[in-house]
Amino acid sequence: MAKVKHDIGIAKPRSSLNNKTGSWRTEARPKFLQKNCIGCKICLLICPEGCITGEAKNTYNCDYLYCKGCGECAVICPKKDIEMVKE
Amino acid sequence: MAEAFKTLFSPGHTACAGCGQAIAARLVVDTAGANTIIANNTGCLEVFSAKYPETAWGVPWIHSLFENAAAVASGIEAALKYLGLKDKINIIAQAGDGGTADIGLQALSGMWERGHDILYVCYDNEAYMNTGVQRSGLTPFEANTSTSPIGKILATGNLRPKKPMPEIAFAHGIPYVATASVGYPQDIQRKVKKALAIKGPKYIQIHVSCPLGWRHAPNLTLDVSKLAVETGLYPLIEYENGKLTQVRKLTKVKPVEEYLKSQGRFKHILNSPDAIKLIQAIADSNIEKYGLIEKKA
Repeated sequence: MAKVKHDIGIAKPRSSLNNKTGSWRTEARPKFLQKNCIGCKICLLICPEGCITGEAKNTYNCDYLYCKGCGECAVICPKKDIEMVKE
Repeated sequence: MAEAFKTLFSPGHTACAGCGQAIAARLVVDTAGANTIIANNTGCLEVFSAKYPETAWGVPWIHSLFENAAAVASGIEAALKYLGLKDKINIIAQAGDGGTADIGLQALSGMWERGHDILYVCYDNEAYMNTGVQRSGLTPFEANTSTSPIGKILATGNLRPKKPMPEIAFAHGIPYVATASVGYPQDIQRKVKKALAIKGPKYIQIHVSCPLGWRHAPNLTLDVSKLAVETGLYPLIEYENGKLTQVRKLTKVKPVEEYLKSQGRFKHILNSPDAIKLIQAIADSNIEKYGLIEKKA
C-alpha cells in the first residue's frame, strides 16, 4: 500500500505557543500581589489565555508573553489580590 | 517552557481578550483529559484555536466543514468501536451556536438519532461572531446584530426568540442534555464529567459571552454571563433519560434590565419599557417552566 503523505494541514500539538499574544496588551497588565491569596485557583481556571500558573497560596502568576490584559482575573479574585497596573 | 502550562488548550491562540468561549473550551478539554478526540465545526473557536500552521490543542483535533463535526465525530466513534478502543477514548464534537442550531443541525440530529457515544458541546455566544456578528438561530430577542440592525423607524433588533436547542435535543430522547454558563466554571466541569460517564449521545450548551459582539468590557465576561442566569434568561438545567432532573435555583431573581444594560447590543431598548416587558416575560416563563424559584410551602 502506498504510504500516504500526512504533512498537509496538520499542525504540531500546542504549537500556538510560538504565537506571543502578549503584544496585544494595550492598556493594563495584571499584577499578582501574592499577599492575601487563598489559593482558590479561580484565576487559573478562568484565564481565557490559560497563561496563569501556580500551585499553592501566594504562588500564582501569569506569563506576560501571552497575557492579553483582559483583566478578568482581577475582577474575579475574591481577595482582590490581583491588580491591574498601567503598561 | 510549554510544560509550565498544564492545559490541553495552550496559550498563544488568537481569541479576543476576555473571550468567554476560550475559557469554556479550556474547561471542557481539561476536564475530558488527554484521552480525547475532538471534531470541531467552523466557527470562532476553530479559527482562533487553529491558525494554520499552529494549533492550540494538545489533543487530536480535526476540522472539516461548518456543518459536519457531528458526522465526523460519528465516523471517529465507529472507527474506534471497530478497533476496540471506544471505552478508552472520549469523543467530543463541538461548535458555536451557528454551527449547532443553524448550519450543523442536520448532522447533529443524525448523530443523536443513530445513538453515537459522543459528547456534543455547543458554545452559545448568540451570533456568528467570527464573521462579524450576524444573527443566528440562537440570537436572543431584541439583540442588535449586523443582520438584525436597529432601524430609524422600527427600532428593534432581532425579532425572533432563541431557538429552543436543549428541547430539540431532549426530543431526540438522548440520555443527557444540559445547559451551562461560563459564569459558573465549576458547574461546566461537573457537567462535562457527568456527561462523559454516560454512554450514548450527550448535548451540553454553554452560554459564553463575547465582549466584541455583545459590546461589554472584556473584564466583565463572567459577570455578564452570570447575570443571564440570575435573571432567568438562561436557565441552567439538566435532562437525564427524558426527565428534568436538576435546575440551578435562583435565590434572588434580578430584573432583566440589569442584564440588558450590561451590554451594548441591547442599548436601544433601555428606554423602551414595552420591549423590556417582553424580555421580562421570556425570563418569567423560563422561571415558571423550569421551576427556577424554590416554592415556599
